[in-house]
Amino acid sequence: MTDTPTLEMRGVEKSFGPVHVLSSVNFQANAGEVTALVGDNGAGKTTMVKCIGGTYTVDAGEFLFEGQPVTVHGPRDAAALGIEIVYQDLALCDNLDIVQNMFLGRERLTSVRTLDENTMERLAEETLASLSVRTVRSVRQTVASLSGGQRQTVAIAKSVLWKSKVVILDEPTAALGVAQTEQVLALVRRLADQGVAVILISHNMNDVLQVADSIGVLYLGRMAAQVRRSEVTQTQVIELITTGRSGDIGLTRAESTGASV
Amino acid sequence: MSTQTDNTVEPGPGEVDRPAAGAPGLGAYTSRYVRRVRGGELGSIPAIVGLVVITAFFAIVHQGFLTAYNVEALVVQAAPVIIMAIGLIFVLLLGEIDLSAGTTGGLCSALFAVLSVRQGWSWWLSVIVGIALGLVIGLSMGWLRARLGIPSFVITLATFLGFQGITLILIGGQGSITLQSGPIIDLENSFVPVWLGWVLFAAFVLVYAAIKFNDALTRRRAGLTGVPFSVLLVKILVVAILGGVFTYMMGLNRNVATNAFFATKSEGMPWSVLLLVLLFAIMHFMLSRTRYGRHVYAVGGNDEAARRAGIAISRIRISVFVICSGMAAISGLVAASYLQSVNSGAGAQNTLLLAVGAAVIGGTSLFGGRGRIIDAVIGGLVVAVINNGMSDLIQGANSTGYNWIVTGGVLLLAAGFDAVVRSRSKAS
Repeated sequence: MTDTPTLEMRGVEKSFGPVHVLSSVNFQANAGEVTALVGDNGAGKTTMVKCIGGTYTVDAGEFLFEGQPVTVHGPRDAAALGIEIVYQDLALCDNLDIVQNMFLGRERLTSVRTLDENTMERLAEETLASLSVRTVRSVRQTVASLSGGQRQTVAIAKSVLWKSKVVILDEPTAALGVAQTEQVLALVRRLADQGVAVILISHNMNDVLQVADSIGVLYLGRMAAQVRRSEVTQTQVIELITTGRSGDIGLTRAESTGASV
Repeated sequence: MSTQTDNTVEPGPGEVDRPAAGAPGLGAYTSRYVRRVRGGELGSIPAIVGLVVITAFFAIVHQGFLTAYNVEALVVQAAPVIIMAIGLIFVLLLGEIDLSAGTTGGLCSALFAVLSVRQGWSWWLSVIVGIALGLVIGLSMGWLRARLGIPSFVITLATFLGFQGITLILIGGQGSITLQSGPIIDLENSFVPVWLGWVLFAAFVLVYAAIKFNDALTRRRAGLTGVPFSVLLVKILVVAILGGVFTYMMGLNRNVATNAFFATKSEGMPWSVLLLVLLFAIMHFMLSRTRYGRHVYAVGGNDEAARRAGIAISRIRISVFVICSGMAAISGLVAASYLQSVNSGAGAQNTLLLAVGAAVIGGTSLFGGRGRIIDAVIGGLVVAVINNGMSDLIQGANSTGYNWIVTGGVLLLAAGFDAVVRSRSKAS
């Protein structure tokens, strides 16, 4: 459905001293799609996210944003491109309300340099409405009074408010109950439907299979395969995660066994 | 691809649809307020209730408690405490502490006294240098905290002791420096002319009402639910009545010696009240309406989140210490005005504890992230009422001892209350 991926990584390498964490990783995320990034613990998911987010700089490889090669030297560069990471621990201030959190660090000011609360409140409400969020009673309640799912909602809505092009969600459902997980997944879907390239990192196979359009599987620092959701079964994905290959998809036998190059 | 887009979301238990915007009913406003209070956001309610209760108590057991004379004494006693507490609120909002605010104030007032009395400098230059010293002290302590990462408790405990020593040396063997009459002495000992008091009162109420109505109107114009006008009117009325009663009381002559031959009257509010109102307005504005204030709350609530949002947290951290020490310097000058002298123990003993107590009693959390400037005013009045009432109630050699015990008890009560509220709002 898209010609150019919003975000594309080609042959990305990253090592910490002698430890090769990412080797020749290829990955792409398209606008309007949810791209899941899965892999066992230590497969390199977090490192990859930090490379995309600018916390780490890659050792080698290409980084294309909307088809253009870019270099990301820090979180600010990534933010300027429109890459937003919603962390597992959420990074919200409990003592501030929803509006204040959504605009934190990017407050709207009036002509006399005071906070423009009305505009911020209206924009926050509009954003939540555009995501069909109905679970929040008032945008003026403090985040401390919100449930885990509602907090996740606020964090995701923040990225919509700032018109991010790539939103990376790090285990958004890890701490949530069944009903709240459903809500957040529906929200992830709507986020993608707004034209955002969503990258979903999750351990939960049900979440991934339910919501993803494309699945990238990391295996010991290599991209075992990036496959369309419609073309794989759960068994295949799990095989890819645990052994790096499944039938004729994935790494070659040699690559998957002698993984640490 | 969007099969599961809609209708998968069912409101969970306790999650109701948002009420339609633009319906600012009094009922909805009240229910929202009640919900906030039950959720642990008590604001100033406990402190106001406490203030009313202890004031009523002292008024009953001690006849002269609410006379104009005593109310004025209360205000001039409370002024330095409130000013120091206003500064401390900034530090407390970040979850830090400044144990040296008292001795910083003492040191700055000692420098003021040395310069203006011994060195013969003009009063205003001495005031500027004294406050500047406070700002430099805050800058250094904030730098040590933010850049070197020394806990503020340790830094300020060190300066608490150190500044006491410097003050002792500055004042020297005399033990105290008596201030010359002038604007600084006038702050706590001279009075605003009664007519001017009323003019300023009227201006204050008008400005307050204008701001409140302007806020409500712009909100309504933006299509947001605002505070109902009825609530607004009640608030303005309460402010007008309290201010009016105070202005009226301060307009009464408090000098019992006034007669046909001896015409000296003492009437009108102390000038320090105006200073208080001014400082309150500036600091309240800064904290509630500017980006800076928002960032102070954010750093106090979750510094990691603030950092990720691009806020320069070390700068915020340094700035609160600068504000706190600056306000401590002003507080020290007001205290000097009250005593009409600066002694070698200025700002030591329980000065700081009273100010921290004022902030905490008012509702500012010791854990950071929660607090407002009004807390300093309400809490400062509570502290002053206890001090004043106790000293009237218990005479004799042990009165100071009992006074301190009661103040300490109230502080502990307020801090315990703070901790309970915090754990409850965490749990909900």
